[in-house]
Amino acid sequence: MAMLRGRGYASVNYPTGMNLGGDPSQALIHSTTTGTFVVTLSSVDLGQGIKTIAAQCAAETLGLPYDNVLVDTADTDTGPHCMGTFASRGTHRVGNAVIMAAREAREIMLEVAAEELEVDPADLETDGTGFIKLKGKKIHIVDLALAAHFQHGRTIAGRGIFLKEKNDPVPETGEMDPDSCQAHACTVAEVEVDDETGVVEVVAMYNVYEVGRALNPAMATQQIEGGAWMGISHALFEATEPYYPDREHGPEDFSQYLMPGPADNARMESVILERPAESGPYGAKGIGEMTANAPIPAIANAIFDACGARMETMPFTPERVLRALDAARGVAADEA
Amino acid sequence: MALQTEQIDRSYFTTERGEDDHAVIGTPVQRADALGHVTGGTEFFEDVNPTGLLHLKMHRSERHHALLKRVDVTKALEVPGVVRVLTHEDVPANWYTILRLIGVEPNDEPVLPEDRVLYKGEQIVAVIATSEAAALDGAAAVEVEYEDLPAVFDVEEALAEGTPAIKPHGTNYFLYEGHHCRRIRFGDVDAAFEEADHVFEWRYQSSPIEHAPTEPTGCIVVPQADGRLRIHSDTQACFFTLDNAALILETPFSKLRLIGGTVGGGFGGKVDVIVEPIACIAAMATGKPVKYVYGRAEEMQVSSPRAAERVIIKDGVMADGTIVARKVTLYVDAGAYSRHSPYGTTKAAAHMPGPYTIPNVWVDAHCVYTNRTPASAMRGFGVTIADFALESQMDRIARALDMDPLQLRLKNAYRDGDMKAHRKVAEGTALIEVIQRGAQLVGHELPGEYRGLSSTDPREA
Amino acid sequence: MRSRVIELVVNDEPQEFLAPPGTTLLIALRESLGLTAVKRGCAQGTCGACTCLLDGEAVMSCLVPVETVDGAEVHTLEGMAGPDGELDELQAAFLEGFATQCGFCTSGMIMAARVLLAEQPDPSREDVVRAISGNVCRCTGYESIINAILDAAERRRATGAISYTEKGA
Repeated sequence: MAMLRGRGYASVNYPTGMNLGGDPSQALIHSTTTGTFVVTLSSVDLGQGIKTIAAQCAAETLGLPYDNVLVDTADTDTGPHCMGTFASRGTHRVGNAVIMAAREAREIMLEVAAEELEVDPADLETDGTGFIKLKGKKIHIVDLALAAHFQHGRTIAGRGIFLKEKNDPVPETGEMDPDSCQAHACTVAEVEVDDETGVVEVVAMYNVYEVGRALNPAMATQQIEGGAWMGISHALFEATEPYYPDREHGPEDFSQYLMPGPADNARMESVILERPAESGPYGAKGIGEMTANAPIPAIANAIFDACGARMETMPFTPERVLRALDAARGVAADEA
Repeated sequence: MALQTEQIDRSYFTTERGEDDHAVIGTPVQRADALGHVTGGTEFFEDVNPTGLLHLKMHRSERHHALLKRVDVTKALEVPGVVRVLTHEDVPANWYTILRLIGVEPNDEPVLPEDRVLYKGEQIVAVIATSEAAALDGAAAVEVEYEDLPAVFDVEEALAEGTPAIKPHGTNYFLYEGHHCRRIRFGDVDAAFEEADHVFEWRYQSSPIEHAPTEPTGCIVVPQADGRLRIHSDTQACFFTLDNAALILETPFSKLRLIGGTVGGGFGGKVDVIVEPIACIAAMATGKPVKYVYGRAEEMQVSSPRAAERVIIKDGVMADGTIVARKVTLYVDAGAYSRHSPYGTTKAAAHMPGPYTIPNVWVDAHCVYTNRTPASAMRGFGVTIADFALESQMDRIARALDMDPLQLRLKNAYRDGDMKAHRKVAEGTALIEVIQRGAQLVGHELPGEYRGLSSTDPREA
Repeated sequence: MRSRVIELVVNDEPQEFLAPPGTTLLIALRESLGLTAVKRGCAQGTCGACTCLLDGEAVMSCLVPVETVDGAEVHTLEGMAGPDGELDELQAAFLEGFATQCGFCTSGMIMAARVLLAEQPDPSREDVVRAISGNVCRCTGYESIINAILDAAERRRATGAISYTEKGA
C-alpha cells in the first residue's frame, strides 16, 4: 500500500511530409494597391496555426512587417491546390510554397521601387518596417503599391509550389524515400503509481524537441504541451474498445471516453533545439503530430521504474497496472 | 503561459544555423486566428445557416457482419418531415475513392452498401428531413433484415488459415504488390541472431483510439444558382474532399466548391471524406441545402479511430548494448475497410527500426481487415503505437543488460551518414542531442564519452 | 404543438424569436439570433462547448429548453468586448497567453471563467480548475487556459475593473 515514484525515458524521431511524397501545395501572393500582401491558399487550419506560419514566412521573405500580410485560405475556387493538413506537412510544404511566391513578388516589388527611386534593384534593401530603401532614398510599401498599379502597370505578385516527388517502395526490400526530413524528441516522464488501486498519475514531464527551426516558438510550445497531454491521455485512458478485441461497452460520449481534465495536469518543462533542415522553410521541420508519441513509452517505462510492472498493452488502466504488478510480484515471490 | 522564447537552446548545431537575424521568423507573433477565437468571430462550418436547411441522418448497421436481406424504407418515408431517403441506388459511383487518388487499389468501401455490412455502425440508408429530430426519427424507422455472417475481431485470427475472408478481393489483408504485407529486408537478421549475445522478444498491443475533437465531423452542402454545389466542411483537406466527392457524384470537378477554414480539432480524423459525398447527393436530389453532421455517439464509435496495433519485436543484442538485429512483426487492425490504413502501414514499416542504426532489420507490416469500425489516420499515423513498442523495448533491453537507458539509446542512435533500413542515408539527425539535452534537463548524469557524442560525427566502422 | 414566441435579454439587448417545441437555448442562440460563439460539441452536456450565462449562472445551453427560460437574461462571448471593441481581460489574457488553438472550446472556457471571476475575483489555481472542469479541450492540455484565467483575474484586480457581478455577470 504505497505511492511509488518512477522515471522513464523515450527518444523518437518523426518524418515530415506525406509518406513517400507526392503531396504538393501551391501558394499565390499578391499586393493590394495599398501594400497589403494577400497570401492565397486552400490549406486548412485545425488550430495548429498554418495561417500564422504562412503569414510569417511571407513577411520574412518580403522583408515587410507581419501585419502587412493577410492569409486567405480554404476556398477551392480562389485558393490553389493544397493536398491537405496531415502528415506534419503544412509548415514544410505550404511554407516553402509561400516563400517561393513571396520571392517572386519581392523581386517585382524591388524592380518597381528601383524605377521609382532611380537606383539598381540589386542595391535595394527592405528594413522590415515597410520601407524599401537605399542609403538616403526610400519609399514606403503603400506608395510603392499604388505606383506599381496605377503608374507602372505592374502586378506585384508571385506563385509558389512545393513538391517532393512521389516514389514507390521496392516490394521485396522496402527500399524507399519516405520523408523530407525528420524531427526528434526526448521525453522524460515522472509518475506516481498507487500500488493498491493501480492508478497512475503523471507528476512531471520534460520534453526536448528538435524541430529544424521553430518558426513561432509560442505555437511550437502549444504543440509540445498539447501533444504531451494527448500522449498522457492515450497512455492512461483512451480506448474506443476497452475490451479489445471484444467490441462491447464502447464509450459513446465524453463521460465514458476518459481523458485527463485540468485537475490532472502534469508539470511540464520544454526545451527546443534547432538543426535547420535543408529542405525546410527557413529550415523548419514538421512538429504537429509527433508530440503525443514519446510521452507514451516514457510513461510505460516510468511505471516500470516505479513498481516493476511492465505495461505491454495500452491504455495502462488501473486494472492492467494491478495485473502487471501481480505478475511482477508473483515472479519475485517464486524466486524468493 | 508566458510567451515562450527563452526555451530555444541555440547552443547546438551552431555552425548550421546560417543567417540567424530573422525579423519575423522565430518570434512569437500573435496567432492570426486568436482574436476571432476570443470574440466568437471564428467561423466553423456549422455556423453557416442557410434558409430551408434539410438534415441528413443515417440508419446504421446493428450487426458486425451480415448480408442485407431486406431494406425497407416505407415507414421512414411516413415520418412527418422526412422528404427523401437515399440508398445505394442513388449513388452514381458507389465507391469511396480516397486511395485511388494516391494510386492505391482496390476501392473497397461503398458509400452505401449494396448487399452486406461489414461493421456495426456502418451507414446503410440516408434519411433527409426538415428537422434534425424528424431525420433521426426517420432513420430509426428504417427496417433492415440481416443474415448474420461469421465475424472476426482479432488480427491474428483474421490471418489464420481457415478463417473466411470478409473482403470481396478474397483475403483479410491488404495486398502489397501481391504480397501479404509490407516488407523491409535489410541485412540478415537470422545470421545476426546467431551471433548475438542476447536475443530478446516481446509483444505490445494497443486499442483503437478516437480523435474525439470537440467539433464533430460534418458538412453543409448548399446548391448554388449556377448549378454548382458549395460545400462547407470541416475536412482537413479541401481538394482531396472535392476530388473524391466529384468522382462519386460523377460530375465535373468544377461543379463543386469546398469552403473550409477552421476546424475544431482534426488530429487526422477529418480526412476520410465520409460525409460530403452523400450530403451532395442529398442536396442535388432535393435542390435544398443539406446538413450532415455526426452526433457525439457517432463521432465516438462510427468515425474512424486510430487503428489498434499488435507489435512483436525480436532483437539481437551484444553484451555491450549494441543492437545487431531487429525483427518486427506488426499488425495494423484496419477494421472493415481500407481507408488510409494501407498507406499508414507502409509508413509504419518506413519508421522501423526506430531512430537507431541497426545493421540487420526485418519487418513484416500487415494491414488486416476485421469486422469493426474502419480505422484511419490519427496524429502520428503509423508511428505512435510503433514508438510505444520500440521505446518500451529499448527500456527492457537496458534493464536486461543492467545498462543506463539513455546510454543504450545513445550507443545505438543513428547519425548523419548512417544507412537506414529503408536504404536512405540519414541526414539532419539529432537524436543524440535531444537525449543529451534531456539528460541535462532532468539531472541525469552521463559519462564524458556519451556527453561528447555528436550526430555529425560519422560512426566508426 | 406550435412554435412559441420567446423573449430573452441577450447581451443586454431585448430579443424575440419563434421557437419550435424542443428548441434548446443553444440552437436558439445559434440559429435564431445568429450568435454562434456557443458551440455544439455533444448536445448532451458533457463537453461544455455550449456554455453561456443564464441569469448570471453558467449553464450548458444544449440542455436548456428555451421555452422554459422565457424572459431570462443571457450573456454570450459576443457581448464581452467593449463598445469600441476593446477586449475584456479574459479575452485579452487568452489571446496574449496563447491559450487557444482550434478555438472551439474557447467560448465555453471564457464563459465558465467569467462566472468564476464574478464570484471570486482572486481565485486559486484549484478554483480555476474546478470552474473549467466541465469544459473539454482537446488541443491545449489546459495549462495555458488555467494560466490565462489567473492572469485575467490579476489584470482585473490591478485595474480595479468593475466586478462581473456589478456588470450583471
